[in-house]
Amino acid sequence: MTEQAAEQAPARAVSERRRISEIRNLGLVGVLVLLVVIGALTEPGQFLSTGTLVLLLTQASVIGVITVGMTFVIIGGGIDLSVGAVVALATVWATTKATQSFGIGGIVFCAVAVGVGAGLVTGLLIAYGRLVAFIATLAMLASARGLAIQLSQGRTQTVSTKNQALVDLGYQDSYVLGIPPLVLIFAAVAVLGWIVLNRTTFGRRTYAIGGNLEAARLAGINVRLHTCLLYVLSGLCCGIASVMLIILTSSGTSGNGNLYELDAIAAVIIGGTLLSGGRGTLVGSVLGVLVFTTISVLFTLNNLPTAVQQLAKGVLIVLAVLIQRRYSTERNSR
Amino acid sequence: MTLVEMTGIGKEFPGVRALDDVELSVEAGEVHCLLGQNGAGKSTLIKVLAGAHRPDTGEIRIDGTPVPLPNPTAAIRHGIATLYQELDLVDGLSVAENIFLGHEQARGGFVRRATMRAEARKLLERLGHREIRVEREVGTLSAAGKQIVSLARALSLDARLIVLDEPSAVLAADEVANLFRVIRGLTARGVAVLYISHRLAEIREIGDRVSVLKDGRTVAAGLPARTTPTGDLVARMTGRRIEFPFPPRPAPDAHDGKQEILGVTGLTCDGAFEDVTFSVREGEILGLAGLVGSGRSEVLETVYGARKATAGEIRLAGKPLKTGVGPAVRGGLGLAPEERKSQALLLHESVARNVSLPSLRRYARFGWFSAKAETDAVRTHTEALDLRPADVRRVVGKLSGGNQQKAVVARWLLKGCRVLLLDEPTRGVDVGARAELYRVIRELADSGVAILLVSSELPEVLGLADRVLVLREGHVVTEADARELDERRVLDLILEEHVHD
Repeated sequence: MTEQAAEQAPARAVSERRRISEIRNLGLVGVLVLLVVIGALTEPGQFLSTGTLVLLLTQASVIGVITVGMTFVIIGGGIDLSVGAVVALATVWATTKATQSFGIGGIVFCAVAVGVGAGLVTGLLIAYGRLVAFIATLAMLASARGLAIQLSQGRTQTVSTKNQALVDLGYQDSYVLGIPPLVLIFAAVAVLGWIVLNRTTFGRRTYAIGGNLEAARLAGINVRLHTCLLYVLSGLCCGIASVMLIILTSSGTSGNGNLYELDAIAAVIIGGTLLSGGRGTLVGSVLGVLVFTTISVLFTLNNLPTAVQQLAKGVLIVLAVLIQRRYSTERNSR
Repeated sequence: MTLVEMTGIGKEFPGVRALDDVELSVEAGEVHCLLGQNGAGKSTLIKVLAGAHRPDTGEIRIDGTPVPLPNPTAAIRHGIATLYQELDLVDGLSVAENIFLGHEQARGGFVRRATMRAEARKLLERLGHREIRVEREVGTLSAAGKQIVSLARALSLDARLIVLDEPSAVLAADEVANLFRVIRGLTARGVAVLYISHRLAEIREIGDRVSVLKDGRTVAAGLPARTTPTGDLVARMTGRRIEFPFPPRPAPDAHDGKQEILGVTGLTCDGAFEDVTFSVREGEILGLAGLVGSGRSEVLETVYGARKATAGEIRLAGKPLKTGVGPAVRGGLGLAPEERKSQALLLHESVARNVSLPSLRRYARFGWFSAKAETDAVRTHTEALDLRPADVRRVVGKLSGGNQQKAVVARWLLKGCRVLLLDEPTRGVDVGARAELYRVIRELADSGVAILLVSSELPEVLGLADRVLVLREGHVVTEADARELDERRVLDLILEEHVHD
């Protein structure tokens, strides 16, 4: 019954939704700048070098690609806990002797196919089998990791000399204008993701489904198919990330991607995406990944223990969520 | 002896005078019935009594002493317990735990489980329901069982007045009989019951006295429940003042020879409605009247494909319509659902994004979206509907109810729908904005859209629709030209069966 009050509220010309995300992204940029300043003050010689920047971006790129997929899933109202395990499975499967005999194309194809396949399975379970996303992806987490261990017999599978060209992509000789190919892949995935999320009907429907599933359904959107595709997309990102990880480590092992799901979810959340869906930005998620990676690099350079680093991440997540809640209560107040 | 006396109660919400000088006096040990149509002010009145709303004017006396009821706790402390339609029980807790929720029997912070169970058992026994095990999880009980638990809870709070808001709506016939037994047991011990129901037969059976509300005023206070003639009661409930000018209707024969757009034959949905047949022609507004639970909304949902029909046929412009929301929307159906905020809108998104939701593909080329084409198209429709503020980038959740509803209507105009299903289009819309919505709805019809209108407000259905279908307990009881019906006649039809059985 506050209609008249609403009517009298000052008309705001700018889209409030957009403005809020802008403010939040500005905040993250601020955090990033702050971290760089801290780095410059504590380890001036090392931190401000190109080498560190390249290292930082390379470290960010694998988890970054996964975060892009995760952003879609979370904005669409879901969650994907299986990403780390799927990465493990994809790297293992793509580096088996059998796969490697097909050459580099075989490795890449296999990694991507495993990712998409796993995403399709979870997507079908969630969208058509009506399983809760948390449970379905938790099950995928367990079984994908299990299958990875089974396939590799617990061994680390190195990329054979025949396929050395793939691993070479990780070396300095392959840098394009000083930028590692991995970083370029990350950039490409992020830009593509941004376009899909903001400039296509698919992206708009993702927001709609996460924002109000019932309204989306009653507006005639095929919410099941769309939900399923979100997990396929997340799987695709895992597949790409697996290829990148193989390049980076020149091997595949069932221990790969451990706790990636938590890093990706954390990056999405501090990027300002609501865990309940319907709201969020890809730019925020990318900034989230960069903030986390910068913290890691900073701590490593300063020889601080990883325990302190984890603590800092935890504090950051809590702070981000506290800020988020202020906006979400505003949203639910009517 | 008068237990609770309310005098001069007034309550105003922005744009609506919900209660105006209302009187109600309940004696100890009586069953006092409260009658009135939707929007008459019953809910507001019981919320005042429950301490959920503070009245602007008036006085509440308990045992002759004026008492303020600023919050629900105060009302409970004064012995007033209210059982709303959606019972506030915790499904995961046991019967005993629910009965004592919030006033657990404890010693030194430790819950005395055995004492509580024994007490709960006693209370249930008092209600004649020894068979409900107090250890049982409440979620596993039927609606009737839950009601008994709620009543036991009221007793555990030493309630002297128990307010029952349409308790029979969720019950089967034999369960209602049992509820009445329980109520009689309570009144015999001096507990008063304020009983709200639309079913006249029940009021005759259980009630001692009846008060009638209309337009937020008391139009009858304390009539004898058993002997007051039905016609008298209905007459008092009807004839609500017409606050809204309804747009002029086309002549009765205006739609003759027009093409049927939506045809429904023998539509059945088990447990909701049965054998519903109707036809809506181009430019026609068909109203569905009936009580909540008569199957009105379910009919709309089934036509829209959001609910599966068990039998029957739906035709769109003569062709059978496939089941499912997707085919319905592609075929040109649009729904403005009952719960606007939870079923229709993305509250934190802009008006433009809300309006374009089903038409996204149109503004995309190979998936690439043109936001400009979208907002331009949206704007032409929101301007035509005079949606305010005119800026389509504004967040929809901050608009008034009337403008939110216009956004939903604009959505289907943009999509280009041929049949518009409106479920309670003016719910939560303030009085001033209603006339505006009525005009919009009529203009839509005049432009050739077939409209199916569901509303709990009889004057709205009768004033706006061309033809009216009256539903009672899932069956069509009458279909007639709206001009041939009046409020009393329809109310009679809606209530009839209960009067006769």
